[in-house]
Amino acid sequence: MTQERTHTLPGGRMRRGALLLWRGAAAHPRTYVLAVLTSALFGGMTVAVSQVLGAVTDRVVVPAISGDIEAGASLWLAGLVVLAVAVALALGVAGRRIFAGIGYADIGADHRHGVTRQYLRLPMSWHRRHPTGQLLANASSDVEAATGVFNPLPFALGVVVMILVATVALLRTDVWLALTALAVLPLAVLANLVYQRRMSPVATRAQQLRAEVADVAHESFDAALLVKSLGTADAEEARFASVATDLRDANVRVGQVRAVFDPVIELLPSAGTLAVLLVGAARLSTGAVQTGDVVAAAYLLTLMAVPVRAFGWVLGELPRALVGHDRIARVLDARAEQVPGTVELPRRSRGLRVQVRGVDVVVHDASGPHRLLRGVDLDLPAGRVVALVGPTGSGKTTLAGLLCRLQDPSAGRVELDGTDLVHVRPTDLTGQVALVSQSTFVFEDTVRANVTLADDGEPGAPDDEAVWEALRLAQVDEVVRALPGGLEAMLGERGANLSGGQRQRLAIARAVVRRPRLLILDDATSAVDPQVERRILAGLRQRDQDGPTVLMVAYRMSSVVLADQVVHLDGGRVVDRGTHAELLARDPGYRELATAYEADSARRAGR
Amino acid sequence: MSVRLDAQDRRGALLVLRRGLQVSPELVQGGVVTLLLAVAAAAGRVVVPLAVQQTVDTVILATGAVPGDRLGLLVGAAAVGLVVTGVCTALVNVRLFRSSEAGLARLRVTAFRRVHDLSALTQGTERRGSLVSRVTTDVDTISQFVQWGGIQLLVSVLQLLAATVLMAVWSWQLTVLVWVAFLPLLLVVRPAQRRVSAAYARVRLAMGAMLGAISEAVVGAETVRAYGVAGRTQRRIDASIRHTRDAQVGAQTRVATVFSAGVLVANAVLAVVVVAGTLLGVAGSLTAGRLLGFLFLVQLFTGPVQMATEILNELQNALAGWRRVLGVIDTEVDVADPEHGGRASVRGAARVDLEGVEFAYPDGPTVLHDVSLHVPATSRVAVVGATGSGKTTMAKLVARLVDPARGRVLLDGVDLRDLSLATLRERVVLVPQEGFLFDGTVAENVLYGARGGAVADVAAVFAELGLADWLASMPDGLQTQVGQRGERLSAGERQLVSLARAHLAGADLLVLDEATSAVDPATEVRIAVALEELTAGRTTLTIAHRLSTAEAADLVVVVADGRVVQVGPHHELLAQDGPYAAMHDAWLAQTR
Repeated sequence: MTQERTHTLPGGRMRRGALLLWRGAAAHPRTYVLAVLTSALFGGMTVAVSQVLGAVTDRVVVPAISGDIEAGASLWLAGLVVLAVAVALALGVAGRRIFAGIGYADIGADHRHGVTRQYLRLPMSWHRRHPTGQLLANASSDVEAATGVFNPLPFALGVVVMILVATVALLRTDVWLALTALAVLPLAVLANLVYQRRMSPVATRAQQLRAEVADVAHESFDAALLVKSLGTADAEEARFASVATDLRDANVRVGQVRAVFDPVIELLPSAGTLAVLLVGAARLSTGAVQTGDVVAAAYLLTLMAVPVRAFGWVLGELPRALVGHDRIARVLDARAEQVPGTVELPRRSRGLRVQVRGVDVVVHDASGPHRLLRGVDLDLPAGRVVALVGPTGSGKTTLAGLLCRLQDPSAGRVELDGTDLVHVRPTDLTGQVALVSQSTFVFEDTVRANVTLADDGEPGAPDDEAVWEALRLAQVDEVVRALPGGLEAMLGERGANLSGGQRQRLAIARAVVRRPRLLILDDATSAVDPQVERRILAGLRQRDQDGPTVLMVAYRMSSVVLADQVVHLDGGRVVDRGTHAELLARDPGYRELATAYEADSARRAGR
Repeated sequence: MSVRLDAQDRRGALLVLRRGLQVSPELVQGGVVTLLLAVAAAAGRVVVPLAVQQTVDTVILATGAVPGDRLGLLVGAAAVGLVVTGVCTALVNVRLFRSSEAGLARLRVTAFRRVHDLSALTQGTERRGSLVSRVTTDVDTISQFVQWGGIQLLVSVLQLLAATVLMAVWSWQLTVLVWVAFLPLLLVVRPAQRRVSAAYARVRLAMGAMLGAISEAVVGAETVRAYGVAGRTQRRIDASIRHTRDAQVGAQTRVATVFSAGVLVANAVLAVVVVAGTLLGVAGSLTAGRLLGFLFLVQLFTGPVQMATEILNELQNALAGWRRVLGVIDTEVDVADPEHGGRASVRGAARVDLEGVEFAYPDGPTVLHDVSLHVPATSRVAVVGATGSGKTTMAKLVARLVDPARGRVLLDGVDLRDLSLATLRERVVLVPQEGFLFDGTVAENVLYGARGGAVADVAAVFAELGLADWLASMPDGLQTQVGQRGERLSAGERQLVSLARAHLAGADLLVLDEATSAVDPATEVRIAVALEELTAGRTTLTIAHRLSTAEAADLVVVVADGRVVQVGPHHELLAQDGPYAAMHDAWLAQTR
């Protein structure tokens, strides 16, 4: 079996650039064949315009004005020929631009499909290593950077055809005239290349500074309240003005480079035209060419002034495209560290039995490895409620995430009903284990879809009755009933805004509607009233005969006392486990946590 | 009172221009010279057609004797003309970039500052992203217009003018004909531009929806995994990517149609010139050279005609962007410095009084009714109450993030509105619930806003707050990078850093708005105890979510439904059979 092709482009700069263009175009052969054909039509017809004008000059215009009646008779025919060429040329231009646009959009869509597929496939550990902003940029600005080069590509290919046709046409007329006219082309192409080479770093710098200006603005406005509260608006203005000034200078630098090259590139064809006049007149006097030939050569140069710039555009975009493509490739080539399991986890009526054995979790970042959990053993008997208690940063969330395989342990294992978690089929896992995390993610969708996480009419999706039941269990049904539209009400930034506690209860409804056999509540009720929390847990036990196994990460003693058993975690280790009363009696660290407020009151009272 | 950004700003192009030039006078600096240079540069574009005409009429088809060096002189003169044109073009470029970028940098910074000067209320009514785009993409749009479309527009108009003048000199009849031939195209430019701009708007809309869908896969990664809904999320994303792709193709097709219509007309005009020119020539009113010169001049029309739609489109976008930026700059600041600088205020423990304060959010119900409260100097006051009772609004009023609709807030007996904001911010510091961190190290964040202060002080601050252990647990201690918006730290850890920062700022009145709501109880109590020691001799106002804070306070203020319902020391209120006693019972029930 051959190894799967990676998206990273190998080789030197030229090869990588060529590969990028080839792979993009090859993925859409039909579009690019049409783009190249129409662009070739455009190239050919551009030369045809000059040739026709030359011929018309010799056969019609000059003789007619000199008094040749016969030549005057073919005048209308000449007009029609020019018109026909104009129509063909316009069709070529339209086709070239339309197919270039289709290719650009298609290749961009390819990248986006690929990148987002990876986002959904790669494990949480990968997500945690990559900042949100970077991942969103991978799918937006990086894709635009990687595909921008495909806009001028068909144009440039058409110009190649144009130059070939022009060379043949001119050589057939006269070698000297041809050499004079064509001498400008390499110069113009060269000037464009030098231009792009000079411009590329300057433009990149301006682009970077634009991003920096945006970063500073974003951060500063996010911090608006803090800036006010500490009275640092002057310092923020200075910080922003400094990047804004850098951007100004970079933009002026862009202008300076353009000021040097624009006139050169624009005037080269004009200079060529003058040279053609000079040489053409000389050749005319020897009778080697006719007036029309000179006109045709001069006109061709005028017409080619813009097209020869196309090479510069492609080559100018290429470095940016390679950078964008490399960023995308890093996402596309990332390998999943998690292999999905294949073993069925039979669905039984009682809750899942969970055993955690000797689990270590080590994560690596720029500053080296960090051990988040060490040698953790944990037992959740079926149908029991276990509370996980510990100070900030003790590893509670990491441990909670292991039980639904958001992450795999670096050592040790997690078993559900005796089956190693890494072997369990993903569908069984998500069907029987539900996690409600600290922060609730609300989709920009209806209440119903936010609970079912399914499309309307999707097979297997809970019906409205089940949704209402889940909302009732999560004690949030009254809130939803009060929303305009009920289950149809839109949530999210553009919809109704729920309070923190309401969002948490919605997330619980999202979990319980699936009738999980293991429910993990990771500080998921911090904003919910304790009485409500108690009713939620009681409701769960009432509905499913034995009730699901529940692991709750909690700070509040009111939550902890609802648990059958308490596990005390500190510094990534299990310090002790037992009932609340037992731990209170024998575990000083737990006592400090559990009685912090009480002790504080006592200290105060005794003062 | 205007609280919102003026989104309905509909001033016309001329008003935008006038106001814009007021804000950024740099834009037109040296404008006359630049214009003259541009005229010269545009005039230079007719050099080649003129040379062609002269060569044909006076050399190639000349009937009489031609001086031998006639052609050389002609071409030489034309070459000199080209060089002069080139130099003028270069100068126009440099000058335009300089003046426009200077003006736009000014515009950007002015708008940025304005956003910070707007009241918290105004800031709050806007989506963050939309404020950011006022000082980024909106200004960039103007900048890009000046760099491409603007220069194009200037060049196009002058170039058309120069070509027309030369044409008219050669043959007014043919000039009229050429213009008539181009006229239909000029007439459809506006409607075409509207359709193109609508198509681009659809692209932006589709793109926004697509990014929203993609962000679900990124921001909601955990939820998507925990619930195994990757398939559905992918379907939603795929649909949005397809929409974007279709919108892009639609827009590009329209642009291509308009563009190629320009190509068609410009080249069809060649046929008109050939036929009509030859007829005029036969009639004796046009030479062959002039006719050929016409063919070259028509090419000067092609560029402007093809680009007209895009230029107009860019122009409109730039104007809209400019209007939006000016809208921010012209939004009234409702929490502003008093005129004439305001009164000075002496540092030292602060005394705060609220007198008959009433407050309502824009378009919302009144959230505070007739609130009066006396906070003595050096006292520790805790404000308690249910969610939505108006606690946080009180904190904002005391820190003058908002002004009361009625009544007064006094600092040491002086109305906050009479104090300079600089003085006020030095004396009163609010620590909001969401501990915001800048991308940088822990030390940099603590030192932010401190007037002077070194890394050594930062370590001392953590030690004073009893957080030395926590700091030691950080991978790189004070030099630990916190990531964008502090996302590498937990919510609780962010609060610890914010608290250290506020402490270092050393205010006379510290307003804590649930500043430790996300840390574990033991740490919270430790911080509370440390703060008690550290803020001795200063005044603190704490919005409390846990009643342990109230127990430690000198004075407890109970707020319900926007009114102060009880004030007094903890033990006194506890003894009364009021709302505080009930709240406290409930609190005990959930903590013990």
